[in-house]
Amino acid sequence: RNKTTCLLKADIISTVEFNHTGELLATGDKGGRVVIFQREQESKNQVHRRGEYNVYSTFQSHEPEFDYLKSLEIEEKINKIRWLPQQNAAYFLLSTNDKTVKLWKVSERDKRPEGYNLKDEEGRLRDPATITTLRVPVLRPMDLMVEATPRRVFANAHTYHINSISVNSDYETYMSADDLRINLWNFEITNQSFNIVDIKPANMEELTEVITAAEFHPHHCNTFVYSSSKGTIRLCDMRASALCDRHTKFFEEPEDPSNRSFFSEIISSISDVKFSHSGRYIMTRDYLTVKVWDLNMENRPIETYQVHDYLRSKLCSLYENDCIFDKFECVWNGSDSVIMTGSYNNFFRMFDRNTKRDVTLEASRENSKPRAILKPRKVCVGGKRRKDEISVDSLDFSKKILHTAWHPSENIIAVAATNNLYIFQDKVN
Amino acid sequence: MLSKGLKRKREEAEEALGVDAWWLDPGHPAVAQTPPAVASSSLFDLSVLKLHHSLRQSEPDLRHLVLVVNTLRRIQASMAPTAALPPVPSPPVAPSVADSLLASSDAALSASMASLLEDLSHIEGLSQAPQPHADEGPPGRPLAGTPPSLGALDLLGPATGCLLDDGLEGLFEDIDTSMYDSELWAPAPEDLKAAPEGGPGKEAAPELDEAELDYLMDVLVGTQALERPPGPGR
Repeated sequence: RNKTTCLLKADIISTVEFNHTGELLATGDKGGRVVIFQREQESKNQVHRRGEYNVYSTFQSHEPEFDYLKSLEIEEKINKIRWLPQQNAAYFLLSTNDKTVKLWKVSERDKRPEGYNLKDEEGRLRDPATITTLRVPVLRPMDLMVEATPRRVFANAHTYHINSISVNSDYETYMSADDLRINLWNFEITNQSFNIVDIKPANMEELTEVITAAEFHPHHCNTFVYSSSKGTIRLCDMRASALCDRHTKFFEEPEDPSNRSFFSEIISSISDVKFSHSGRYIMTRDYLTVKVWDLNMENRPIETYQVHDYLRSKLCSLYENDCIFDKFECVWNGSDSVIMTGSYNNFFRMFDRNTKRDVTLEASRENSKPRAILKPRKVCVGGKRRKDEISVDSLDFSKKILHTAWHPSENIIAVAATNNLYIFQDKVN
Repeated sequence: MLSKGLKRKREEAEEALGVDAWWLDPGHPAVAQTPPAVASSSLFDLSVLKLHHSLRQSEPDLRHLVLVVNTLRRIQASMAPTAALPPVPSPPVAPSVADSLLASSDAALSASMASLLEDLSHIEGLSQAPQPHADEGPPGRPLAGTPPSLGALDLLGPATGCLLDDGLEGLFEDIDTSMYDSELWAPAPEDLKAAPEGGPGKEAAPELDEAELDYLMDVLVGTQALERPPGPGR
């Protein structure tokens, strides 16, 4: 991705996702574009280039739309991308904006037929009367072309803004969640979806809670979770009833009385929920922490990690400038032993669940010469600032890392810093 | 900003609440840190500003809106301890919050608060029918059959009408009426409809006088805001 000096709003990356093998990395941006990177094959000749990601395909997934009935513009910003597992030579992914989900097929073409009888080399039709001999067209190699074609458009099912999509482990269905409802789709059927969660109150005046994220269990195709703006997580089983308004499990941590403030609810609002690869845990991100929950224990998380607790005394200013509403995502590594999430000042944090060690790293051009080793960063919370530390008041709150992704099996991470994508790899000697 | 309401002893107020009203306890660390009146008053103003701003969006971010409203209710409750309010989210809060504020002197603020809560019901826009899955179809509703309860104010957006200082006139300031001036959108009076057969209707058409045109324009703008032609797109 080109790194331009001026910041175009359309170039702001809004989602990042590796596919199931890690061979491909997709990004979506505010301009409705999807850019897919492919990992280079390992080559004996260019060992130092092994594992680099290069642009594979770029296409316009969503365009701005106008809802005539409400006189509203629908943003083309890509909110989420989710890959389907690969079942043939082509790649499939789901991409969504606020209202419409699309299934895209990305396929390669490296041969083309030549020697048509009814068409000439430029594709113009020939007069059949002039054809005196017949030949069999042959396939000749051509420069590799990667095409993306929209195969399905799932529209008109969401009144509110879509925040999540999740592919089911049956690979036949997926769900899309907006602020108040969750719908279940079959990939083959675009004109119909099943509503499986509806928290819209009869009287909108009574609205106090919205859905913030949702995800299917990685192995059990009947189970999914969704999180709320009140810091709760509900686990639902679709076998129990068609409309999953009654949860099977309800996860909520009681409020810490010593930390109460007017902003307690806002900072408890969950911005992301992710199942571990094992399916035994869920991880949630709220404004100041990342929590790991055991599916068998609903009354509190088993682990809580402080992402940037030094912001706790700054909540009023962060409320004023709306930063308190920022939605950070969180990710597991392939073995579920390390979790990662973003912060401000282009910092991102990693927590090792086993050693309990954590590290703060920075995604910035100045600090990231190619193949240089990332230096851990530290925020100074008070008192004397050491050299190399940065004080809380010097943090740049416009540089936020909201979207990160971790390769499914290797230590390769993708970090989106506004309009730049950083890919970091662990080089084991 | 808010005048003094009926004073009751704090212990009575807490007993009446019957719930943990930590913000009323001056011994609580969060409350003791800053002068409560100053802090909550400016936070209140800030929250109201945010709420106004959010509601003015053509399609408000529901999460942002709900979080701001809930925060506002908390702040409100801490500023008016004599109101004896149960905390959210029990449904009767909305009218009682509005009622308690109406008892205070700032009429403009209380009017806007009451209408703010009412405005939450307009956020979905036009689709008001509580059909189970029928509104899963195209968001909004079919053109035919305007619900009689919705007036032009509602059709134009959730935040209008109640929150504007300059009244109704301000609503129409930014509407480009040049589209209505073109012949394409001029309504056909009864005579014109008979025109295909010729006769008196045909001659009458180009001579529709200005007063009639003005009247018809008013009718158009008032009841057919929905059928406004699509904008340029961006």
